[in-house]
Amino acid sequence: MTKLKIEDLKKIKEKVHSQTALREGGQRAKVTVHMGTCGIASGAREVLNALMRVIEETGVSDVNITTSGCMGLCSREPLVTVELLGKEPIKYEKMDEMKMRQVFKRHVMEGEIQTPFVLAKGAEIVR
Amino acid sequence: MLELALHILDIVENSVRAGATLVRILIRENRAKDLFLMRITDNGSGMTPEERQRALDPFYTTKKVRRVGLGLPMLSDAADRTGGKMTLRSKPGTGTVVEAAFGLSHIDRQPMGNIVSTLITIIVGNPGIDLLYRHEVDGRSYLLDTKEIKKELEDVPLNHPEVTGFLREHIAEGLSDIGAAA
Repeated sequence: MTKLKIEDLKKIKEKVHSQTALREGGQRAKVTVHMGTCGIASGAREVLNALMRVIEETGVSDVNITTSGCMGLCSREPLVTVELLGKEPIKYEKMDEMKMRQVFKRHVMEGEIQTPFVLAKGAEIVR
Repeated sequence: MLELALHILDIVENSVRAGATLVRILIRENRAKDLFLMRITDNGSGMTPEERQRALDPFYTTKKVRRVGLGLPMLSDAADRTGGKMTLRSKPGTGTVVEAAFGLSHIDRQPMGNIVSTLITIIVGNPGIDLLYRHEVDGRSYLLDTKEIKKELEDVPLNHPEVTGFLREHIAEGLSDIGAAA
């Protein structure tokens, strides 16, 4: 059994502390990956992990990632919603790892909506 | 679903929707008994006996946006195909236990797949939930307890990219040490 390397966690904690001391202010964006059965079966997990990896690579710490359930458009899954601070949410359809990296780099970081992948604008109505 | 790890993610999403704050995942591989067991235990809202019976009906769901609920029926089917079976235990207000037994060496057993990716997805999507992942292979075991990690990290969130990068390596190393099946 591998031992949980406590020193590693301490190192991470110190590193994160030193970074956040430099940066004040809120979150740049919220990214939601829809993780219903339909999303999972069509690759939502890989999309979320691609997003996590690009965030790990770029060291961006002001993007909030979350998951949600099925919103009823199973045939368009994997779905990703990008909500920049103070802007209307944009829903992307049929996402994959490469599209996710592109959306992160262009839309999340530079505010440029990637229209070829867009399904809709606005939030879904949950009944 | 092509991997058992995807089924696990799907079942845990059910737990999340049921308002669970603690999810325990147990994987037990036993070569002598040719058994691959997965058990997911949550402390969510639970199901009434009637709901539990209907849960295996693909046309029963608690979702309002769609009239199908395929998660549990697909897991049940995947277990049946390997000579195993899925059982559901649940009590309103206490939680739910989903247990699926598979024939470990059965040709139709789906591969475990990318469990690291599944666990990272659960943690990133639901940092508020305590996750306990235990994987046993013929007596050797690997344990991931997010509560323990949170205590060590103090105010650093569990879904921070520095932490997820660390967890990814930690889980992969732990599972390869115990010789977990593909």
